[in-house]
Amino acid sequence: MSAVVDPGSAERLRRHYNRQHVLGRIGLYTLAVLAAIICAGPFLWSMVTATKLNADLYNPDNNPFAYNQPPTFDHVRYLFTETSFPTFAWNTLWVGLLVVVITLVLGLPAAYSITRLDLRWSGAMGIAIFFVYLIPPSLLFLSLSRLVVWVGLQDSTWSLVLIYPTITVPVSTWLLIGFLKALPKDVEEQAMIDGYSRAGAFLRIVVPLLFPGIVAVVVFAFTLTASEFIYALSFVSPTQEKVVSTGVPTELIRGDVFHWQSLQAANIIIAVPIAFVFNLFLARFISGFTMGAVKG
Amino acid sequence: MTQARVRLADREGFLAWIFLTPTVVYVVALVAIPFGLAIAFAFSDVTAGDPSYDWVGLRNFERVFDDPVFWRSLWNTLIFTGISMFFIVVFGKVLANILVADFRGKWVVRFLVLLSWTTPVALSSVSWLWLLHSIYSPVDWVFRELGFIETNTYWLGRPNLAMASVIAVHVWRLVPLAAVIMMVGLLSIPTDLNEAAKIDGAGYWRRMFEITIPLTFPLIAVSALFGAIFTFTDMAVVYILTRGGPTNSTQVLASWSFLRGIGGGDIGQGAVIALFLFPLLLAAAVLILRAVRRVETI
Amino acid sequence: MPVAVELRNLRKRYDGGHVDAVDGVDLATEEGEYLVLLGPSGCGKTTLLRTVAGLEHPTAGEVVIDGAVVNGLPPRVRKVAMVFQSYALYPHKSVLANIVFPLKAEKLDRAEREKKARWAADLLGIEELLDRKPRQLSGGERQRVALARAMVRDPQVFLLDEPLSNLDAKLRAIARDELKRFQERVGTTTIYVTHDQAEAMGLGDRIAVMDRGQVRQLGPPVDVYDDPADTFVARFIGSPPMNLVKRGGTLVGFRPEHLMPAEHVQGEKVPLQFEVDRVEYLSGDRHVYGTVTGLGEDTRVIARLPSMMVGEVTEGSHEFAVSADRVRFFDEDSGLRTDPVRLGATGG
Repeated sequence: MSAVVDPGSAERLRRHYNRQHVLGRIGLYTLAVLAAIICAGPFLWSMVTATKLNADLYNPDNNPFAYNQPPTFDHVRYLFTETSFPTFAWNTLWVGLLVVVITLVLGLPAAYSITRLDLRWSGAMGIAIFFVYLIPPSLLFLSLSRLVVWVGLQDSTWSLVLIYPTITVPVSTWLLIGFLKALPKDVEEQAMIDGYSRAGAFLRIVVPLLFPGIVAVVVFAFTLTASEFIYALSFVSPTQEKVVSTGVPTELIRGDVFHWQSLQAANIIIAVPIAFVFNLFLARFISGFTMGAVKG
Repeated sequence: MTQARVRLADREGFLAWIFLTPTVVYVVALVAIPFGLAIAFAFSDVTAGDPSYDWVGLRNFERVFDDPVFWRSLWNTLIFTGISMFFIVVFGKVLANILVADFRGKWVVRFLVLLSWTTPVALSSVSWLWLLHSIYSPVDWVFRELGFIETNTYWLGRPNLAMASVIAVHVWRLVPLAAVIMMVGLLSIPTDLNEAAKIDGAGYWRRMFEITIPLTFPLIAVSALFGAIFTFTDMAVVYILTRGGPTNSTQVLASWSFLRGIGGGDIGQGAVIALFLFPLLLAAAVLILRAVRRVETI
Repeated sequence: MPVAVELRNLRKRYDGGHVDAVDGVDLATEEGEYLVLLGPSGCGKTTLLRTVAGLEHPTAGEVVIDGAVVNGLPPRVRKVAMVFQSYALYPHKSVLANIVFPLKAEKLDRAEREKKARWAADLLGIEELLDRKPRQLSGGERQRVALARAMVRDPQVFLLDEPLSNLDAKLRAIARDELKRFQERVGTTTIYVTHDQAEAMGLGDRIAVMDRGQVRQLGPPVDVYDDPADTFVARFIGSPPMNLVKRGGTLVGFRPEHLMPAEHVQGEKVPLQFEVDRVEYLSGDRHVYGTVTGLGEDTRVIARLPSMMVGEVTEGSHEFAVSADRVRFFDEDSGLRTDPVRLGATGG
């Protein structure tokens, strides 16, 4: 076999690969910027729109991405003072937090039971949970709206607290099962030898170790809850009981009148904090993975 | 010693029950029973005005099948889901690679890219309502400025464009979710495998198609499944953007069921329409899971 | 034709690092030799290997393969083959597909690729395993698949990164033997990384002992063992390690097997008092622990005596000696070898 490369062509090859590398980087940056613009573009635009004067906005010839007349906070103020937006946001917040707590209280033990405590029907349970997820809200909303009336929670935000976990619990349990399977049993077994009961080991050892999984569930469940639309629309009509998801489209659109600037402002105000938290979680998630997965 | 062991085992049995039962009870009560109820409604004459239950056999089914809107909705739902899923998986894969790559400003990019998924669907759909407005659409403005078009495109007003718009919004919304799921797959490939492939002479694309994609296939399938479920059963985007119009060209099963059942008050018919979601979803799930099992390695 | 690999003044510092992982290494292999990079974790041996492979870029210095500077060239152009500690077998491909994989970069058609793959498999004795998947193989079998895959492209250099670490002790000895015989048969220049000094001594034609990014000594096992260049090498090689006794600014060193009852030492010898407190009975030897006096500072040392001799050694004080030409001297501060010091040897 001939030599690796002769010195002459080595230089040429070196330049070739250097060029390829540079082109690759340019490609990466281009794609990244493109992705960011496409996904976030509407939000950046929303920020501008939220603070535009009516005269500026309702003019098809004006540049929608810039201020053709001075910006104004009037519409944002309107959102907070003249509409029930603060109520909506508050409702979304406490409903979300309660639902997350319920999800964890139900999901953590369930996931633990399925992975660690071998019941005969544990495997079947796992699959059953998955199939529950295939029965969507858009199928159940009719029956559940009857059920909500039946328990007397009609038109109350509490109906959402009762029903939303049906959406979050199956997928959260499934996620937690995944995280639990990756957790070695030694630490719990050590705890049990050291004197803890099974339940004690679960609470004191497993739950803290599952922290990344729990964070994932919290973020995911909250996002699902805040975004939910069909149940909120079907169960709750009084304005004061609405959440952001249904309140904003219905209350800020009265007949033919769209308060566009306020709508865009609402969009930004809700979207940015959630995305921010999600991003933090993603950061920890990635670093957790890369630290553990160096060698196969 | 044996005494203590028996005690511990007992507690485990008890624990297993008490850990699992609340969830099972909750899910049975609020999912399984309503599911049965929905089936029952499909055979009843329950309406919002007259909630008394009377069995009517297959009458609702006949009425629904006679209505061409139903068939249109079914067809639309399949189209939406199929096309959306394709784009969601492809774009999601590209985005997943971007999310794991190392470059300056990656945290900013990651934050921006997540916005479309994390924002409540109703709110972002309202945003798109303006972005695709027949008069004021900024998208049209850009195209007009660039000279591509003369007058506005009626994004939500023309049947095919409306379809495309709804699909686009679905894809826009779900790509980050798919990307995050696939990212997990990417991160769990051991680094040696990629390095070994580099040494073995494989270039970027060969590594991608022969190593990375086969090994992340299960998670690609999972993200496809989630994409399918979220698109298939979603009614918010359609409801807010087009209400199913123009002339039912964007009507899907979920939105039609809502409009009939809650809007029109006819619970029986609404239930029939909604029931068609389940078998299709089940079929999609089984197909995808089977594909995963076949490719399943370590 | 086996080639030589040369490292010229190689330096590597990672982004954000405070020290050089590789700190000025000059190294050249002979053609066809089995060179072992030996050292504790963090000494830079793996970094060095990966730099030769092209998986890391040196901060300074050159990597030369067969006379050509390969800096900046990606791994696949360098015609090297690497076996990772985990073997890095593609889990979703069959054994045959694993072995064929490197050939896809060459311009061979399918039939030729498969022929070459089978040739490599035959060489390693794994023909029956070709249809299996990696997860169905034992550790030893996986190593052979990794070697077959490495062989198949006729590489110029083999790079092995602790491939025996994942095997159990018994298997390791067998695998070591197979590896050495394999390399002797194919004759490809091999660079092998390990932290196990016994492995290094058994496998290497030459050993480069590394510590903190630098090569402390390069030489055949015999030299590295008998004539260590400094105290690091002296203590790292050999099990139990060399005994070192302080004596006024110098360290006097002697290997455990050279410390024995005075009457058994022939020729010029260095006498000392050995206060024995413990004897360990291992298979063929006895390890005798005790304190040595009369040579320098009182120091705890180990003597390794063949079992036949031990009948005579019990707890208590004994007159032991070391053969004068087995004693080595090191500077206490720098650790480097120094000239011999008068010790008042007797006999000879």
